[in-house]
Amino acid sequence: MAQITLNKLNKTYGAVEVIHDIDLKIADKEFVVFVGPSGCGKSTTLRMIAGLEEVSDGELWIGEDMVNDVPSKDRDIAMVFQNYALYPHMTVYKNMAFGLALRKAKESEIDAKVREAARILDIEHLLNRKPKALSGGQRQRVALGRAMVRNPEVFLLDEPLSNLDAKLRGTMRAEITKLHKRLDATFVYVTHDQVEAMTMADRIVVMRDGHILQVDTPQELYDRPVDMFVASFIGAPQMNMLPATLRHTETGFAAEFDGRLMPLPVQDNPARLASFGDRGVILGIRPEDMHEAPPPGLPSEQLAAIHGTVDLAEPLGSEKHLNLSAGGVQIVARVSARCPAVTGAPIDLTVDMRHVHLFDPDTEQSILYGRDS
Amino acid sequence: MNPVFQGVLAIAVAVAGCGAYFYLSNLFLDRVLYPPTGRDPGRNVNRANAIRPWLFLAPAILFLALYLGYPVIETLRLSVTDRVPGGFVWAGFDNYAQMSRESKFWEAFRNNLLWLIVVPAVSTALGLLVAQLTDRISWGNVAKSLIFMPMAISFVGASVIFKLIYDYRPASQEQIGVLNAVWLQFDGGLASVLVLRVVPGLLLAGFIAAAAWLIWAMLEPVLLGRRKQGALSILLRAALSLGALFLIWRAVTSIIGLALVDLPYGQPQTWLTIPFWNNFFLMVVLIWIQTGFAMVLLSAALRGIPDETVEAAIVDGAGPFQIFFRIKVPQIAGTIAVVWTTITVTVLKVFDIVYAMTNGQWETQVLANYMYDKLFRSNDWGVGSAAAIVIMLLVTPILVWNIYNARREMR
Repeated sequence: MAQITLNKLNKTYGAVEVIHDIDLKIADKEFVVFVGPSGCGKSTTLRMIAGLEEVSDGELWIGEDMVNDVPSKDRDIAMVFQNYALYPHMTVYKNMAFGLALRKAKESEIDAKVREAARILDIEHLLNRKPKALSGGQRQRVALGRAMVRNPEVFLLDEPLSNLDAKLRGTMRAEITKLHKRLDATFVYVTHDQVEAMTMADRIVVMRDGHILQVDTPQELYDRPVDMFVASFIGAPQMNMLPATLRHTETGFAAEFDGRLMPLPVQDNPARLASFGDRGVILGIRPEDMHEAPPPGLPSEQLAAIHGTVDLAEPLGSEKHLNLSAGGVQIVARVSARCPAVTGAPIDLTVDMRHVHLFDPDTEQSILYGRDS
Repeated sequence: MNPVFQGVLAIAVAVAGCGAYFYLSNLFLDRVLYPPTGRDPGRNVNRANAIRPWLFLAPAILFLALYLGYPVIETLRLSVTDRVPGGFVWAGFDNYAQMSRESKFWEAFRNNLLWLIVVPAVSTALGLLVAQLTDRISWGNVAKSLIFMPMAISFVGASVIFKLIYDYRPASQEQIGVLNAVWLQFDGGLASVLVLRVVPGLLLAGFIAAAAWLIWAMLEPVLLGRRKQGALSILLRAALSLGALFLIWRAVTSIIGLALVDLPYGQPQTWLTIPFWNNFFLMVVLIWIQTGFAMVLLSAALRGIPDETVEAAIVDGAGPFQIFFRIKVPQIAGTIAVVWTTITVTVLKVFDIVYAMTNGQWETQVLANYMYDKLFRSNDWGVGSAAAIVIMLLVTPILVWNIYNARREMR
């Protein structure tokens, strides 16, 4: 059992606090991805779990043990580094065997484990080479292999794919996911790439400025972001943020933008929404929720219209991205490739209001899905 | 004329001369020899550019040939000739034969070997130790500057300093030499035994262990037959093992001697006249100077090791010693080789220290000083030149290896 628990975990460098009392429970065999912009503290958190950074305050538990003062080697973890961190003077075989040899494992056992890992990662033919003679992808496999041979309960991966080219990154992403299924261990993965986070994670931890903003499954994170930062960090192109005013109507609530009323989805907590009555709010609309024509089968109460001018139309083959100005703001819409819109032309878009978001402009918290505060 | 003024004048003239040479020679090339005009200006420019590097190389080539190349050939000639009134006669290898019959030559040869083993090893080891220990402490840079400082002192200057440290005054007078002052503090009690017998004994035991490990490392692959070894490799390994075995033998006898020797407590010593050990007192001077050199290069190399490899080793379960010896040292092996061989070459040429401190008396002779003795005191150009050739033959392979390593490091 290797669940990881962070309890009011805190990291300070001198007087500067970089991780602020974060709490997190990572279940046994879970694949958790830490994501956030650079400097958000995700790598520092990982390094604390690895034992490469001291915990300044709070508790760090791995399995049944509090490991604040347990040296790295006794934590039953393995780590894969961004720059692979292979030992340049050792062959691939020795690189992978090093950890086991330090633990005084039998030579036959080391050999069996190294060859098994090499077979799984398809690097058997490279065992006698030095890291210098390997390509980036091969080095990454060796780094994974070095972590695998020790059979640790926890794998820590620090942006392992960021030095690979885009195509290889896609392949390795799938392989790491498969490896997780196969190895049956807890994976903690740090990345700044939201695609990696979305595709690989059981749960995603979004961090900013040393705080955890939201911990959720990828879909939940996409559908119900708790604040404007999470909403715009996840999803590409970014969610559109429109300044609007909240209005009470006979049928419920609506957001007024560019002089039009846009009906808001039915709320399970209308009182909360009512408290924002006639106030400025931020209306968040994902680009794919805007359509060039009303989607069939939706009642008109769930639709709204936006009128704008196309500044730029980017055809991508499978779809088209329209950059338009409407009501004084820039909006990106993802429409079908057959949409006839051309640059400079006025356009009317239909918004699917079932999936919109509403944010408090002062606190940036989500009004619809926010934490109950 | 005031000598200071002469010096300044010499510098000014030399610098101006260099500037004038480069300016005027290029001017001549571009304006007179191949001007970019006429029927085919493009070809002229290409020709001028093909010649230009040689303009810059020419002075260096000239002076190297004049002051390094020619003397080698001339020394070779002198070493196979004998001076007679009004000229010279062919002597063949007589000079070499005569030299090999002189015990003083073999003494110098043996001492040089001793220097060769001790000084590079100790300087590199100390330099590595200092580089590692000063790497992560706040006052590390101050410590490094202090250790580097002796590099700025000439060998003769350093010798004078150490001559004062080893200085002798009769027991009735105040000692001005630090070593004798310390020595007189020992009275044969427990502390004396500890410092003068137990500690050196342990150091020697450590040396024996290291040498034994070397033998094992050399012979293990051959004995266990894990990998096919070439005949040359086996020969080299056997030779190195025999050398290490000899060193172990010397160390064991030294330990026994250390235990049995009757130390003259309370009497100031003339350190530089104690045969065999006085060699080490001389070596200390060079080690004192070269440690700084080793430290600077090794410290830079240690800094160049990627942090991630060290962190990966920490996660892999390596302790501080394993990280140092199995992760860090192998990664800077190239630099260590360069440092080691550079110091080795310096050691083979060592002259000033011996000349200034003992002048080869009391069995401290080394080859360079032996050569000087023959050439300028005995006026025996034949044997002196033969000694010079021997030194050159010893230095050359190490130098070649050194340059090979240094070039590989730069890639």
